[in-house]
Amino acid sequence: MSGSGFSRRLIALTRKEARQMLRDRSNLIVGLLLPLVLILLFGYGLSFDVKDARVTVVMEDSSPTARNIVAGLQGSPYLAPSWTMSMAEAERMIRAGESDAILRVPPDFSRRLASGNARLQLLLNGVDSNTASVIEGYVGGAIALPMQQLADRTGDNPTETGSVVIVQRMWFNEAGESTWYLVPGLIVLVMTLIGAFLTSLLVAREWERGTLESLFVTPVRPLELVLAKLAPYVLIGGIDLIMCLLAAKYLFQVPMRGSLWVIVVSSLLYLMVSLALGLFISAATRNQFAASQVALLTSFMPAMMLSGFVFDLRNMPVLIQVISQILPATHFMGLIKTLFMAGDYWPDILRNCAILVLYTVVLIGLARRSLRKKLD
Amino acid sequence: MSGPDVAVSAEDLRRTFEGPDGRIIAVDGISMTARANELTAIVGPDGAGKTTLMRMMAGLLKPDAGSLHVLGIDVAADPQSVQNRISYMPQRFGLYEDLSVQENLDLYADLHGVPQEDRKERFKRMLEMTDMARFTDRPAGKLSGGMKQKLGLACTLVRSPDLLLLDEPSVGVDPLSRRDLWKIVQQLIQQERLGVIVSTAYMDEAERCAQVFVMNKGKLLAEGAPDVLKRRAEGLTFTAMPCEGMPARALQARLIDAPDLVIDAVPAGGSVRFIRQPDAEQGRLDALLDNAPVEPRAEELEDAFMMFLRTEEGRAETTTAPRKEPETPVADTVTDDGKPVIVVRDLVRKFGDFTAVASTSFDVARGEIFGLLGPNGAGKTTTFRMLCGLLPATSGHLEVAGLNLRHARAEARGRIGYVSQKFALYGDLSVRENLEFFGGAYGLRGKALRERVSASLEQFSLDPAARSGILPAGYKQRLAMATGLLHRPEILFLDEPTSGIDPLARRAFWRTITALAGSGVTIIVTTHFMEEAEYCDRIAIQDAGEVLALGTPRQVREQAGDAGIDMNSAFIAIVEQGRTARERKDRAA
Repeated sequence: MSGSGFSRRLIALTRKEARQMLRDRSNLIVGLLLPLVLILLFGYGLSFDVKDARVTVVMEDSSPTARNIVAGLQGSPYLAPSWTMSMAEAERMIRAGESDAILRVPPDFSRRLASGNARLQLLLNGVDSNTASVIEGYVGGAIALPMQQLADRTGDNPTETGSVVIVQRMWFNEAGESTWYLVPGLIVLVMTLIGAFLTSLLVAREWERGTLESLFVTPVRPLELVLAKLAPYVLIGGIDLIMCLLAAKYLFQVPMRGSLWVIVVSSLLYLMVSLALGLFISAATRNQFAASQVALLTSFMPAMMLSGFVFDLRNMPVLIQVISQILPATHFMGLIKTLFMAGDYWPDILRNCAILVLYTVVLIGLARRSLRKKLD
Repeated sequence: MSGPDVAVSAEDLRRTFEGPDGRIIAVDGISMTARANELTAIVGPDGAGKTTLMRMMAGLLKPDAGSLHVLGIDVAADPQSVQNRISYMPQRFGLYEDLSVQENLDLYADLHGVPQEDRKERFKRMLEMTDMARFTDRPAGKLSGGMKQKLGLACTLVRSPDLLLLDEPSVGVDPLSRRDLWKIVQQLIQQERLGVIVSTAYMDEAERCAQVFVMNKGKLLAEGAPDVLKRRAEGLTFTAMPCEGMPARALQARLIDAPDLVIDAVPAGGSVRFIRQPDAEQGRLDALLDNAPVEPRAEELEDAFMMFLRTEEGRAETTTAPRKEPETPVADTVTDDGKPVIVVRDLVRKFGDFTAVASTSFDVARGEIFGLLGPNGAGKTTTFRMLCGLLPATSGHLEVAGLNLRHARAEARGRIGYVSQKFALYGDLSVRENLEFFGGAYGLRGKALRERVSASLEQFSLDPAARSGILPAGYKQRLAMATGLLHRPEILFLDEPTSGIDPLARRAFWRTITALAGSGVTIIVTTHFMEEAEYCDRIAIQDAGEVLALGTPRQVREQAGDAGIDMNSAFIAIVEQGRTARERKDRAA
């Protein structure tokens, strides 16, 4: 009796939740359309790569040697140099936001080059420090090559003062493409979003509309309520996951070096954590507005800022690092990025999945507790 | 105390809540026994503790102290066993508004484990009883208020319980739906020998029950069969006929202002029903009645109930009902030129294809109390909003205080006061701050504002420092009235001002209204309480957007013919006549 009662009630409740979800169009907009928008926005719109950086070159020395040195700037796809003779003009441009950097070739450049202590001045617009340091790297790279060639031609040994040459290689993300690490992170954001925006409203809505009171005085058990509420949203999350994976592979050509099934299983685990957290917040606040605010502040915003999605956690103060370690999103963020770009690394996979399973069990337990059939 | 014949037994039951302003004692030492297979009523004013008591019986709240057995089971120890055997309908039944009628029924049948083979027959019967077989595919959210309540009852009764708990099933429901609900409950009691406990604020409902418990402020005031309880008012109940040309409410006002002689007085059927104080001097009473002919009448449960409450309140000044002569606030601009202050001609309002108000015409004279009555969804609120200038009319002519609402809406609004159903007050502000805010919104400032606010505080006996959000309903209602009257409007609009307010506060409210009308303020009011129509000079009954009856309460009762013995029956008869006529017309067309 009790066994069949459980499944009968669970089916009835799940059917009810699914119908409610499908009939409220805003659910589908937030659950399916918003993730699609996020994918396109983050994939195409947000990028830390700098292309066509505007560098103003001030040629105070117009000797062929000097021209030769800065000519390298023109060949780079990342730089869009412009030329001027006046430093004042260049300064005006950078102030007016027409230029991102000034490369100044001083009048005594050729003369000092001959004596081996030539100097170029690079002024960067530090308003956006991230872009500034990227441009610094580009300009340095663009000038290094002609300098090398010049040295070869004149026979001078450029490594006279130090004999170490550094050969750089970036591993896992060879081209340093930011979409490669943003797109896997998007899976974390999208899974978080469903919990924060959809399941966080479910129980609170029933409190506000008074439907829970009627439901409580039936043979229904709290666990049945929790599971029935999760089920339809696991489906939505699954569809979103497929969208993310397809976009990663075909739109953004992000490598998937880990096994697909590990990516899927760990993503679904994190989805469960996110949904259960939303449900618990909803049951604890009993108010839709409060629930969505709390969910936004405790899950979506931290997942965006403190999980290592964009900002490197190691640069943050210790307290923030501790908080970030409490967030389930941080553990999944590390795991999914590794899975996409580095491949299966089992100790990491097992540890993080174990953490996610623990969170799921604890949060479902809490949600169930806060749905005990009591009105006070 | 428990056995097969006992449905509920409580022993010194207590329950308190932590409120924002300290402890609230909701149920304060109640001991009671309700018999099985019987209809038991719990009556009491708003805030008496009825809902808390019902929720404890349903196992949704744990008692702080005392014992409570339902069907012989200790509810606090094993709520689930009780819940498996009872059905409970909360005050606001939780229908899933985006699910259809059938889907709601299926859900509750599944949850209760009603076997498939029993379902067909049960659903058929429930849909027939509630007259909803035609609407099974309609989403519950698209039903009218009365229909929702009936569907809630049907969902509660998808299986036959051992005990049915109904928490104020008829609150906010129009008289027609109320009658239908009771028909269903009574059929079930007869056919299934069902035990029912119902809480209600309507005395005519309590009168149908075998046993009545009267509650007030968490305590049990009295218990017994209605016939036994009634006897308390024996020999004290009378009807007085006002002299020719005198409105019944004027006589009623005089009687209710003499609490040492009269316990209670209400206008009814053109005369005044009153209860005299047992120790009232005959001479003084005669002087008060001033030769109005008086006849004794049979006592009713309502009379006894009012006596219980008055005794409890000590007939003195209380927080809920100040029974002192209300000072009459005088509108600034009242000048009687004999012209009607509100003129409505062929007013129509459509929402898409749906006609909410169809070709309505009426006038309201200055100083009149005009009542707008109708079942849920009749178009009252729409008409009301158009009169206040909150909603533009689709077509027709609308004049308020001599101003055409099409052109001078803002100006017209300055001349009217509006008290909405939900009492639009800022809960976090104090009483004084609310008054100052609304005064400021109407353009009062400086000394004028301060004077009006202190006058209002005194007139409505308000405590300026109290926080508005935690006031009792009757108090809030007084504050809402005070804010609506601050700018001394010529016309006051009141949208269901008395729903959710206890009978004593309602008496006090109407006393203020009649005094206002006496000073020349025109009053437009909507209400669900049909007996309150008797306070009005004229009433209009609306259904499906059309005015079915318009006139004085007496004329409306006469229009209803034999059915018009009281306002409630007259209302039901007129609305039903209107509906049959419309159906005939639809069929012809």
